[in-house]
Amino acid sequence: MPAPMTNLLLFLEAPALLVQVLLDGILIGAIYALAAYGMALVWGVMNIVNVVQGELVILGGYLAIMFSGLGVSAFLTVPLAAAALFALGWVMYAGVVFRVTGKDMFVSLLATFGLSILIAQLINQIWGADVRSLDAELGSWLILDSVVTISRARVAALAAALVLGAALVVFLRTSRLGRAIRATAQNARAARALGVDTDWVYAATYAINGAICGAAGALIAMIWVIHPFAGLVFTIRAFAIVILAGLGNLALVIAAALGLGAAENFVGFVLGAQFQGAFVFSLLVAILVWRSRRLARSRKVLR
Amino acid sequence: MRKAIMFGIFVALALVGPAEAKVEGDTITLGAAVSLTGRYATEGGQTRHGYDLAVKRINEMGGVKVGGKSYKLDIRYYDDESSNDRAAALAERLINQDGIKFVLGPYSSPLTGAVAPITERFKIPMVEANGASRSLFTKGYRYLFAVLSTSDQYLSSAVDLAAERAKEDGRAPASVRLALAMGDDSFSLDVRAGILEAAKAHNMQIVIDDKVPDGFTDISATLARVKAVKPDVLLISGHAKGAATATRQIAEAKVDVPMLAMTHCDSAQIAEKMGAAAEYTLCASQWAPTLTYSDKWFGSAQKYDELFRKTYNYDASYQAAESSAAVLVYVDAFERGQSLDTEKVRDSLAATNLATFYGPVKFDDTGKNTGKPMVLFQVLGGDYKVVAPTKWAVAKLVHPRPPWSKRGS
Repeated sequence: MPAPMTNLLLFLEAPALLVQVLLDGILIGAIYALAAYGMALVWGVMNIVNVVQGELVILGGYLAIMFSGLGVSAFLTVPLAAAALFALGWVMYAGVVFRVTGKDMFVSLLATFGLSILIAQLINQIWGADVRSLDAELGSWLILDSVVTISRARVAALAAALVLGAALVVFLRTSRLGRAIRATAQNARAARALGVDTDWVYAATYAINGAICGAAGALIAMIWVIHPFAGLVFTIRAFAIVILAGLGNLALVIAAALGLGAAENFVGFVLGAQFQGAFVFSLLVAILVWRSRRLARSRKVLR
Repeated sequence: MRKAIMFGIFVALALVGPAEAKVEGDTITLGAAVSLTGRYATEGGQTRHGYDLAVKRINEMGGVKVGGKSYKLDIRYYDDESSNDRAAALAERLINQDGIKFVLGPYSSPLTGAVAPITERFKIPMVEANGASRSLFTKGYRYLFAVLSTSDQYLSSAVDLAAERAKEDGRAPASVRLALAMGDDSFSLDVRAGILEAAKAHNMQIVIDDKVPDGFTDISATLARVKAVKPDVLLISGHAKGAATATRQIAEAKVDVPMLAMTHCDSAQIAEKMGAAAEYTLCASQWAPTLTYSDKWFGSAQKYDELFRKTYNYDASYQAAESSAAVLVYVDAFERGQSLDTEKVRDSLAATNLATFYGPVKFDDTGKNTGKPMVLFQVLGGDYKVVAPTKWAVAKLVHPRPPWSKRGS
């Protein structure tokens, strides 16, 4: 019997396994969701595909490990890493990104790609190429006759992702800056004409994205391991999720992220880990084709 | 008269041309492109420290004696930025522009694979210490010599150990079921090939054979299957990140498997950084300071470790140790052949039969070291203890691994 079939039969023997596989995937998806929020925000407001996303996540992880080394408790490192990357995001905008906003998307792709190489190598120089992790020492829960284990750190990461997502939605809906950001996203010229300082809005948007990545990175360091060149994993997942969910809807981004995590893990279980990556990329291609077809019907083009 | 002799030597040197060594006055300069930046920066740095420590030691002991003359050793380094293209270009530069006649290897199999065609083309010997891929030794290279065990041997020793234990427990080795989670890098695929061979020899069944995509960030899907299928042995290979990811996720998901073996646990420092999660894991290693190997340069493996720590303030990894051994192999070849001619040195290298603190070095026709076995550590009490081969074991293998439910937390 081919391996995928026997693997599927395992679910019949022990249905609890299905719970385990999907749960693992959903918990991972929460972290993807964070990176994807930030990417959707920057993409939507500034029309920049932020290729440096994954490296910002990794940098957040390294900062969290550094803070934890200074005696900060594991969960306090999340806001600290977020704050540090908020500042860095602002600096990156003021130094590089403002030059490419409003330009051709290809230019901003190149610029952020360059930044990603720079940051990965800087991390390598400062902290070395070793694999690092941050131990929150939370342990796991055992449920369903000890077949299913749930890592508490992952649940905490899911909770943090949901809280951050909710906070971001409230912030964008109600605060003055949030409204300015939405106005700029809808029509930057009109917003400027009505007195919104769009440059400042862009800087704030980019910095907020930095903060989100910082928080995601700290959580990643607690549930996975990080090394300087692991950023691409998050950039690609975030990109796939944003493509799937579109730019305007954060709830949809969360749903897409959790769904992608679960689907990816399910495929990994049934077909073997070697098909997980292939699955994500195939899905990306399929979604792009489907969306551009749908848009073509209404005589629009995919941007 | 004196001038005439000098002139004669000059002409002789000019005639011998490229085959004569890069010897300036009384110094033999070896050349190496190692990764000081990029993804292999950590291991590249250790490689360089290994080379440097051996050179320092040789020079302290009076240098290399060839033809009644003492030569000091020196190394010309370049940073290959962990890139294959860069490594190949720098090898050409070492040979063509800097006149280097003896090359030391870079870090990692891919980079060694990039440099080997260059040294081969210019007929310049390369002694390398950090390229373990077996594909390096199937291409008929004449000038490539490797002091380390090839990568297919990393985990086949664990398979043999599992067979041995099965026999002791009164089970047929053929009843042992293996689960594999291997990275899709060339090193791990070699490791996998070695495991398959060993498994076939014992007639064992492979129940899971997953190739983990590059990055090795998440194997929870594979682990869920391990929990369901309940194999006897779980084997993992994916460099340091694979070891770290696997250790963390196996502890988190509380995967119980009687034997767990992986590569690169020592470079991932799982015992130091992950504590209880790493306990009872078997780690394949090229070398350990507790082995009873010795030589005239460093004394014993342990003394090497002490000297290394005193010099560089961290424990000697096997990457550093094998790099030092590569320099010793050159010194031995220079002195045994009493020549600095590249062809003669190549022949002396091929005839090497040397005891070093790193283990015996004896090259087969393809240039790989067949003298030295791999060792297996087990993480016991937060420390790496050699448990196999039995000849060098300092602790008894704990088998099966105690289930997570029977452990403290």
